[in-house]
Amino acid sequence: MKNTPVLTIRDLHQYFEQGTINETHALQGINLTITEGEFVTIIGGNGAGKSTLLNSIAGTLPIDTGQIVLDGKDITYDSVTKRARWIARVFQDPKMGTAQRLSVAENMALAAKRGEHHSLFRFGTPRSARPRFQAALKRLNLGLEDRLDTEIGLLSGGQRQAITLLMATLQKPEMLLLDEHTAALDPKTSATVLHLTEQLVNEEDLTALMITHNMQDAIKYGNRLLMLDHGKIVVDIAGEEKKHLTVPQLLDLFNKASQEELTDDELLLSADK
Amino acid sequence: MDILLSSISQGLIWSIMAIGVYLTFRILDIADMTAEGAFPLGAAFAASLIANHANPWLATLVGMLGGMAAGLVSGLLYTRLRIPALLTGILTLTGLYSINLRIMGKANIALLNQTTVFSAFAQFSSTMQVIIVGALLVAVIMVLLVLFFNTEMGLAARAVGDNPDMSAANGVHVANMQIVIYMISNGLIALAGALMAQSNGYADISMGVGTIVIALAAIIIGEVLVRNLTLGKRILTIIIGAIIYRLIIALVLWAGVDPNDLRLFYAALLTVLLAVPLMRQLTKQYNRRRANRIHIKSLNAQAAKEDKAK
Ligand SMILES: Nc1ncnc2c1ncn2[C@@H]1O[C@H](COP(=O)(O)OP(=O)(O)O)[C@@H](O)[C@H]1O
Ligand SMILES: [Mg+2]
Repeated sequence: MKNTPVLTIRDLHQYFEQGTINETHALQGINLTITEGEFVTIIGGNGAGKSTLLNSIAGTLPIDTGQIVLDGKDITYDSVTKRARWIARVFQDPKMGTAQRLSVAENMALAAKRGEHHSLFRFGTPRSARPRFQAALKRLNLGLEDRLDTEIGLLSGGQRQAITLLMATLQKPEMLLLDEHTAALDPKTSATVLHLTEQLVNEEDLTALMITHNMQDAIKYGNRLLMLDHGKIVVDIAGEEKKHLTVPQLLDLFNKASQEELTDDELLLSADK
Repeated sequence: MDILLSSISQGLIWSIMAIGVYLTFRILDIADMTAEGAFPLGAAFAASLIANHANPWLATLVGMLGGMAAGLVSGLLYTRLRIPALLTGILTLTGLYSINLRIMGKANIALLNQTTVFSAFAQFSSTMQVIIVGALLVAVIMVLLVLFFNTEMGLAARAVGDNPDMSAANGVHVANMQIVIYMISNGLIALAGALMAQSNGYADISMGVGTIVIALAAIIIGEVLVRNLTLGKRILTIIIGAIIYRLIIALVLWAGVDPNDLRLFYAALLTVLLAVPLMRQLTKQYNRRRANRIHIKSLNAQAAKEDKAK
């Protein structure tokens, strides 16, 4: 089971506005293998290419060069819709992950069928599914178990983000992608959602990629850490070494690995925390 | 009483169109101009078939299927060729003009003394016939739509309307769902056209002009009456909206407005209706500010009193 590669990325390049004066070489030859059960945190300065990497895996960005293999299947040219069978995703903006005007139960029902055929001959939100949704909501401890029929757009960002996270795991994904999914939340809610993330990943034995701009969180959570800089993976630490990592060490690693001194204010700021 | 009954009969037929327009307008957030071509398309199919003594129900069904085909075309242009929604509608609408002429063979087909879907209730007055058939059809449509939007596919379609990115990330075939909505919408619109031709006793090549404005007005009257409803109840308010709209038109005509000026009136009325939410907001703001002015005045008076006391 362990050490089976789930995701293999080979020589992935992404360009924006190629051939123009504004050309950005956002990913510059990413090679990465992620094995089953790995919970990978990804850090890097603004514009390092973190989101571009996740978007490439999820399929929202067409691949310029390179190959992406998931569970032995070449998904390089598969659509977002097709990849949804194997990949679940939580966006940074809480509004992005749910359908505002649908109820909590309807959103969950949709996610519970992620990647499956949407039949014309079955009810979308069957009564029989409600106990399961209720039980799932109950563990959030946000009092949401009684609000199955509430329009989800009426809930707070934190509540919605917690539900989106639950939704991503109602149907176990081969790969869970989290792109700064707590960045839009206040510190307390952010901590709650991060804690829930860890719980779900552990309980469901998920393989996950989590982008964060907080070095502390990157060290605290997960069992492997990647640092991206200018479209390249410059740090890749796992196991015991990752467990005992400190923020100063991480900064040091970054400075050694990248051509230039760390000047990114955001990265320094979040290291202070 | 006559005006009321005839408004109800016309309103029922218009409500079928309005329900169709509602699906693209509120679920996909598109004002789909295909409607103005699908409406006469349904009428053209139904009238030319009925004029050739076809079964009127079959003729009506063919009209509806024609509308679904028109919706398919617009849906494909919009999703596969990524043509902006407004242009998509105009393209299909323009093409349909020629197609409708081809189907009818001339600009106008009269249906005097032909057997129509309303003939089944020949024992009633012509107005009552339309009310009976219209009410039955509207009821069936409402039940079917509510059922559809509660299936897995219908849920996926609603999600696409709300958040296409999230839907795709959950494995929904976004383009397919949009096409499905386009097809149901224009099928209903063409059905309304087919019924209108039979109720009026003729199909005319230009009968679609301005119809989307009528349909939108019916929808908005319904929404102004009651806000935020589930689909089933929303359909009910659209039906009521369509009937109210016909009543207003009947009263306007009764008051002596030249029928040639009607379309100007349609446009003006819809403009007013579309401005209602803003009016409500402004009224609220006005009232709040007035209350606040009084509040501030009393604060000033209080402060003045304290000054004197010192
Ligand atoms: N849609 C886009 N169009 C043009 N440039 C983009 C686009 N998305 C990202 N970029 C550029 O690609 C680089 C990587 O961006 P991104 O992956 O979003 O960084 P990160 O998530 O690490 O902050 C940046 O230089 C950014 O400006
Ligand atoms: Mg980013």
